[in-house]
Amino acid sequence: MSEPFKFHSAVWYEEPESDNPFVARRCLAHGYDVYGEVIRKSSWSEYILLLFSGDKPCRQQIVLFEKLAIALANPGPREPSVRAAMNGGVGGSVDAASLIAALAVGAGQYGGSHEVFLLVKAWQRLGRDLSKWKEYLSDPNQGYQEDVWSPIEHPPGFDPHGVSCPTPVQQSLSLLGDLMPESNLGWLRQNRENLEHMTGFPLAMTAVAAAAFSDLGLSGSQSIMMYLMLRLPGAAVHALEQENLGWKKFPAYGPAIHLSDDPGAFPMPDISRFEL
Amino acid sequence: MSIEDLMGAVSTLEGALGKAFLAERVVMRGQDLHHELGKKDWLSVFMYAITGKEFTENQIRYLNFMWVATSYPDAAIWPNQVTALAATARSTPSLSLVAGLAVSEARLYGRKPDRRAMDFFYRAAKKIDEGEALEQVIEAEVAQRKVVFGYGRPLVRLDERVAHTLNVISELGLDEGRYFKLALDVHRYLKKTRGLSLNIAAISASTMADMGLSTEEYQLFLTLVFVAGMVPCYLDAKRRKEGSFFPVTCDGIAYCGPPERVW
Repeated sequence: MSEPFKFHSAVWYEEPESDNPFVARRCLAHGYDVYGEVIRKSSWSEYILLLFSGDKPCRQQIVLFEKLAIALANPGPREPSVRAAMNGGVGGSVDAASLIAALAVGAGQYGGSHEVFLLVKAWQRLGRDLSKWKEYLSDPNQGYQEDVWSPIEHPPGFDPHGVSCPTPVQQSLSLLGDLMPESNLGWLRQNRENLEHMTGFPLAMTAVAAAAFSDLGLSGSQSIMMYLMLRLPGAAVHALEQENLGWKKFPAYGPAIHLSDDPGAFPMPDISRFEL
Repeated sequence: MSIEDLMGAVSTLEGALGKAFLAERVVMRGQDLHHELGKKDWLSVFMYAITGKEFTENQIRYLNFMWVATSYPDAAIWPNQVTALAATARSTPSLSLVAGLAVSEARLYGRKPDRRAMDFFYRAAKKIDEGEALEQVIEAEVAQRKVVFGYGRPLVRLDERVAHTLNVISELGLDEGRYFKLALDVHRYLKKTRGLSLNIAAISASTMADMGLSTEEYQLFLTLVFVAGMVPCYLDAKRRKEGSFFPVTCDGIAYCGPPERVW
């Protein structure tokens, strides 16, 4: 009867300890002995890329991944997913809830992982064909079908509220493009201004991330997972920071919220009999 | 949005749908929460929060039935299993339920098919209004999208909710709506041509369309729909020894990856 309760995996193999079938003696990731060999010989980045792709990454991929991880690690306390985590932190929510809040908000289509997903899928379809990209960006919801994801409200990879391409985006794109010149990143660096002119919006970090993920050979869904994970450090540190700073130093938006349909005040119930 | 517009939004939110005047009163969509909405049942307030509309007593009874009828306390159901795993790992009650609810926004079941089923009825009705025959509409849907959401093979799609729900819809007089009738018409055609039968997703989506909900409003209503069934799964795993909810041996992983290799 145990057969129906097996999990199938091409990623992970475990050999049990002789005295306990529920404890692994050896764990293999894509065939490599994690605790016997990988932990001694590999970096964290190398191991993560192995887990996702199934193969040992080359030096170029490792460096690209590490630099991308730095670019994404902390979007800063103004960014919605980090702000969500800070709302958890300041109220003393369980720490996991702060990260869950960051994941839920950071999953979105305005600077979030679903925007990255759309772009990685576009890289797979369009390659480095400028005219096809222009066609896509002019109508990114072509062929949209009803979904839990609404149609995107701006050309993916561009900041709908932006004026010019932010310096950190340019710096990141420049460095990552240098690391892999004959790549989607290199092509994006070359064509950034052209695309910005066409869309009317400056390039955003989501575009840099998506180009990098596609250069690393990640699928759309793998890119979502990676993007969400790589941005969690910022959410974590800012949530913890706000918890330490306390609620008195946290913005209170109450007075800034105004109704358009207000029935006005009703009298409070008479509770004088309770002598509170 | 211009920088000026954004600057204007930094410190003010005009036209909000609700506000808490703390220590004084609370307003939701133009009604005082405690004085006006406080007289209603929770589900009516929830529907008012979603739509800004009031629903009849029979409609609310039906909506309540939908929640009751999907409260399956079975830990084999994937979202419930997430809740049970959280409990066996001794996570918190809220995290356990939230994790189960989050995975309910799925492709194979739950929110995605729910929305698509309702979307089909809205698109189909529009095409019929424009003069197309129902048969044409269905065939075009099958040709373009391969499936009609809400319809499947009766043998694999047998769902005990169908009979009960149809019964409740009739009892409450909610069986005269345009979209519900359309759902039955689609069923008759697909049954005749492909042996497909309507399932609970088609019944729910069509009746909710008859109440005038958008696909997004429908999803908002459904988001918590599994939650009552998750609670017993949480409690059941919690009252057992930690880590004892269907534990997996190392041999429980059937490996199909590359053979062992040297780094």
